[in-house]
This record gives sequence, structure tokens and C-alpha cells, in this order.
Amino acid sequence: MTSPGEAEEFEPPYLYPDYKSTVLRAPSRPLVRLPEEWFHNARGPAFGRIPVRSEDADLTQQHQGEPLGERIAVSGRVLDSDGAPVRNTLVEVWQANAAGRYVDPVDDHPAPLDPNFTGAGRCLTNSDGWYRFVTVKPGAYPWRNHPNAWRPAHIHFSVFGPDLGSRLVTQMYFPGDPLMASDPILQSIADPRGIDLLVAAFDWETTTPNWALGYRWDIVLRGRNATPRGI
Amino acid sequence: MGGRRVPTPSQTVGPFFGFALPFPGDSSPAVGGEALRIEGQLLDGEGAPVVDGLLEVWQGDQFARCRTDAEGAYHFTVHKPSPTPESDGIPTASHLNVSVFARGLLRHLVTRLYFPDEQAANAADPVLARVDPGRRATLVARRDGAVLRFDVHLQGADETVFFAH
Repeated sequence: MTSPGEAEEFEPPYLYPDYKSTVLRAPSRPLVRLPEEWFHNARGPAFGRIPVRSEDADLTQQHQGEPLGERIAVSGRVLDSDGAPVRNTLVEVWQANAAGRYVDPVDDHPAPLDPNFTGAGRCLTNSDGWYRFVTVKPGAYPWRNHPNAWRPAHIHFSVFGPDLGSRLVTQMYFPGDPLMASDPILQSIADPRGIDLLVAAFDWETTTPNWALGYRWDIVLRGRNATPRGI
Repeated sequence: MGGRRVPTPSQTVGPFFGFALPFPGDSSPAVGGEALRIEGQLLDGEGAPVVDGLLEVWQGDQFARCRTDAEGAYHFTVHKPSPTPESDGIPTASHLNVSVFARGLLRHLVTRLYFPDEQAANAADPVLARVDPGRRATLVARRDGAVLRFDVHLQGADETVFFAH
């Protein structure tokens, strides 16, 4: 429940048995609440140690050749829940290739690796909070959660923001993907308005003629007036 | 500045972040004589190691990150932080903010690591004071030879105290 004046939120629960890995990993005790400002007081780290080069934002230019797949540009703004742009913050992305296979050695899906695609990128937001990545559209892939389970196409995002309370790891999905309706990770968000917040919009404005399709996705981090969430 | 906006919901880090998020030297920002090594294991509700977890330590200018290994083990080499007052001026004991990510965690968890040689400061710490006395020990690292040991139990009798964030 939200109190008057408090922004609505659509966070997933920790325990969501349809997503089987939550059953033994979700904490069972209530989270301890601290006064809100205590978390905001934990200012975020300096990112100087995480190397960010301008070429890290173009996942199609990290190898000798071009990766296979549909070339896309994903861009948007990082804002906080008070409406202010989040400047100069680290955004990290990772994803499967166009065939639905991750470079990660943990992934044993029998789809081909692409020698020209790693699938990891980094950038810092600019002074208006904008980020932009060029990549290829990731493929769907099967997983073992339930019979014939397939993850919808998605790109993982990690965003820091200014303090401990703003840290966010999430996933961006693509509009119209029929697998979204049966994906327990996405459907763990009970309110369809929350799900909508994770689906990018196809965007003509950022679609480059004869080059790449554009997707637009804004990210909202918890600002100083956000209320800590329990279980 | 625009109006209030709904925060983007969290989703799990999944199992496949290992090729993307770690960076060279990420678990060991501290070098030199004062550096402190912390070791621990991330464990699930059956006590099994969580082999696809990611822990971040965040305090002041220090940021460290470590992926768990095949035993669910992680390690950090950091400087022991100096005590920092909370924003309302209450002094707090020296601690590290620890965030936990894993497949199966739809939202990350936040906890704190306190130091075993700070008994008086820990006893006066306003955050520990808000924790059930029977569970406070889950937030205090143990001295184990030359290292400090800090295990994180996601569930079970020894479940680590996590904070709403």
C-alpha cells in the first residue's frame, strides 16, 4: 500500500515460487527498516577504477568483424524518482547474442557463439542523464525453470546512481515479444504497469536510416524521497 | 526538474553476468599494510553454496565486487573504514555496506558487515540497535587467522539480517 503523496512502486517480491530459484534464496524474515536518510547518506563509489572507454558502448565494434543479427541502438535517460537526471553514472549491460547464446561459460544452450560478439558494454550517462548503446537484438533462449521454458529477448542493465538506495540491476525487454506473458521473472511483477516499465519502445527518432533500429528505454532510480521497500 | 516518477522495477542479475560485470582487480581495491582481507560464503536455505552470486562492498570511496566461485566463496581486500556519522549526527560503528545479487534474487539484498574488534562501538551502534539481539551476530565478521570471515545466509536458522532499501 502507498500512503498519500508517496509514489507508486512495482517491485517484484523476493519469493515468487513460479520462478523456482527464488524458493531457497529469498530471505524469509522481514527486512529491517532504517530511517530513510541513512541509506541516502551512504554515498556511492567513485568509478575511476572501473575502466570505461568510449568504444565500450558499441557492442558491434569489439571484434574484427561485425556480429550477426539485427543491429539496434538502445538509448534513454537515467532519471531519479524525483524527476532529476542522473549524471555521470555507470551503466553496464550484458546480453545473449542474436542466436540466444551468452559468451558466459555457464551457458550451455546449444546455439552458436558468434566470434564477433561478446555481449557486454559500459558507458557513463552524460550531463542530461542520457545513455546509448549500439548492439544486436538478443535472441530468446530456453531455460530449465519449467517444461518448455523460454526467456523473452532481454538486455541486462546495471545502474549505480548517487547512493546505496539508487542501485538497480534489472532487464529491458522488447515490445511485442510473445514470450513475455509466460516468463515468471518478468511476471513476478504483479502490476502490468510495472511490467510496462521494463519494455522498451521502438523509436523512429533514434532509428538510423540504412543502419540500425532504435529502441528507447528510460530508467528511473530511487531518489532521495523514495521509501525503502521491505519484503 | 519534472515530477515524481515510478522507479524502474528490479529483475534478477541471472546466472550469466560473470563475463560482463567483473573487472580486473575488482575485489581488491586496497593495497598496502592496512589492507584487510575478508572471506566468506554465500549460502541458500539448505546451506548449499550459491555459485552464481555477486557481492558488492560499498563504503566511502571504496567499491569492491566479487563473483562467487564453485564453493559459493568470495573475498575482498579493503581498508577498514573509519566510523561515519549517519546524517542525523548519530555516531556509528565502522562497517561496510554489502549488496548481494544472484540468480533467484528478483531484487538485490543489502546488509552490513561490522568488525569483531569494535565491541564497544558495535554495542552503541544505532543500526545494530534496531536488529533483534538474537540476530545481530549475523552482521559481525569473525576473526579467522589472518582474515575476517563473513558468511551470508539467504535463508534458514542463521539467516543474515537484510535491510529494506
